[in-house]
Amino acid sequence: MNQTAQTATAYTAKAKDIWVFGDYRNYFQTRVTLQLLSRAGDLAAKTGSAVCAVVFGHNLDEYVNEYIAHGADKVYVIEHLSLKKYSMEIYISLMERLAKQYMPDIILVGATSFGREFAPRVAKRLGTGLTADCVGLDINEDGILVQTAPAFGGNLLAEIITPERRPQMATVRPGTFQEIPHDYIRKGQVIRIPMPEDLPKERLKIVHYQRKPHRGQRIEDADVVICGGRGMGSKNRFKKLFELARLLGGEVGATRPVVYSDWADPELLVGQAGKHINPNVLFSFGVSGAIQHTAAIRDAGLIIAVNKNPNATMMKKADVAIVADANQLCVALIKELKKRIRS
Amino acid sequence: MLNLIVCIKQVPMVSELNWDPRTGTLKRDLAEGMMNPACHHALEAALRLKDLHGGHITAITMGPPMAEEVLREALAIGADRCILLTDRRMAGADTFMTSFILARAIEKECPDFNIVLCGCHTSDSETAQVGPQLAEELKIPGAAYVEWLELKENVLRMKRLSDNFLETLEMDLPGLVTVTTSQYQPRYVPLAGIQDAYDKYDITTLDADDLKLKITGIKDSPTRILKVYSPDSKKKNIEMKGPAKIIVEELLEKFGRKIGGEIQKDLKAYGQDQ
Repeated sequence: MNQTAQTATAYTAKAKDIWVFGDYRNYFQTRVTLQLLSRAGDLAAKTGSAVCAVVFGHNLDEYVNEYIAHGADKVYVIEHLSLKKYSMEIYISLMERLAKQYMPDIILVGATSFGREFAPRVAKRLGTGLTADCVGLDINEDGILVQTAPAFGGNLLAEIITPERRPQMATVRPGTFQEIPHDYIRKGQVIRIPMPEDLPKERLKIVHYQRKPHRGQRIEDADVVICGGRGMGSKNRFKKLFELARLLGGEVGATRPVVYSDWADPELLVGQAGKHINPNVLFSFGVSGAIQHTAAIRDAGLIIAVNKNPNATMMKKADVAIVADANQLCVALIKELKKRIRS
Repeated sequence: MLNLIVCIKQVPMVSELNWDPRTGTLKRDLAEGMMNPACHHALEAALRLKDLHGGHITAITMGPPMAEEVLREALAIGADRCILLTDRRMAGADTFMTSFILARAIEKECPDFNIVLCGCHTSDSETAQVGPQLAEELKIPGAAYVEWLELKENVLRMKRLSDNFLETLEMDLPGLVTVTTSQYQPRYVPLAGIQDAYDKYDITTLDADDLKLKITGIKDSPTRILKVYSPDSKKKNIEMKGPAKIIVEELLEKFGRKIGGEIQKDLKAYGQDQ
């Protein structure tokens, strides 16, 4: 007896539709749903399928229109006052029901805090596989979704597939793909589904929630981080990184030598013994790239490193390696950004 | 009595992590093992609950026989009982299968649990999926990324940061939490405790037959790894040099849209078409 096969409720996909979970709670900070719609569009072009957004909540017209403008062919909508809160158990049940009814081929979920908890549970209910934090998604010659994801601590990448079970599911971190420009003339089909009345009783309740004040942003949560090393030159020059961070709405991190030299607070240490960060964009100014530091930034997205020494380890780890004086480049970048952001 | 289960994973120490760039395989046998940091914090959270309310802690892990080390450590810190799930047939299990096996072991060995505590993610694979999937397998409510918890009657009150929202949650028990590393700094291991952990306690070792499972970790996992490769070659590694002002313009021309997307600002130069 194979217990796994018995508990699984996998289905054969009826449609070739690609679903994107509409995660709008942090809409202005996180545009991951739009980024996924864009990638889903690329995949759909290969499989000849429709791109669908699935959204739950209350007063959703704004999001429904945004999803269509950003590439959704269909939007499945469940609107109800009780869905105003991002309630995990209800959202899971709704997704399970819709997926079992419409049987999509692929479900993509943004790797937000919510998505990272929601997707594994939905996958489990549907008896299917899930790949976390995909950095690449493609369709192979058999029409199967090839999910590229970090493996073994991000030192390696793995190509993963879900060969038999459906839907094929993946989570993707915000900032991995780029959204397509909106097109408000674009037409899409809106499928409204009534809120089911027989949902199981909630065992987990949100008693209270409040948006965290921006001032309290933690470097671990920041989308943009500016890391500075000894190459900045002096304590005073290091301070310029904070101005750059303000312009970019980011946070400043420091290497161990910087903290030892008292140029920065120990709180800012980014390293194995300090903070581990995963910004979508990391600027690295005058950082040599000791392993203790690079281990803590391995989840960063786009890495832009500035160093006088083109052979510094940090420069090899970067997407963009700028050979220049870190301090001078920082000053020039601040000046140019001020010009451009003014509007 | 409060019956707590802590799921623990042994992970390689980062500095020891070694892989063969030619074959793309991890030299796992060379990597020294340690208790996954988030699991360590989950154990600490369990110990604090036990300190306050009394109770019994079962630590459970699935892995190669050497994973027994992290169970000994858990015993030394204060766990009361340990279960090691080890079987070649469990190797290669993805999160779907891992949570399936863990759930069957929990149902068999400690069905009367009140709370299952897991680390929010592991430092080696970082999927953060096993905890939530284990809650599904056990058909209990779950909350991930919990930073603080307090037990009141049969309700667990929790705080967490979720997508920039500070949430206070209440969960009916039995339930499952995954704990972050932001609070619950693990206590030091007393030396005497380590000695005791090797002398006194027995560890329950179970294989697939003990759990009456006919499984193959790799074959029964819904996901399949096609290939593994080193990503360093994938970094774009564009080099820019020249006067600072020119570099900045070039940088913003190439990556302004990406950076602007992150900060929700248009970084196009005035009058310039993108």
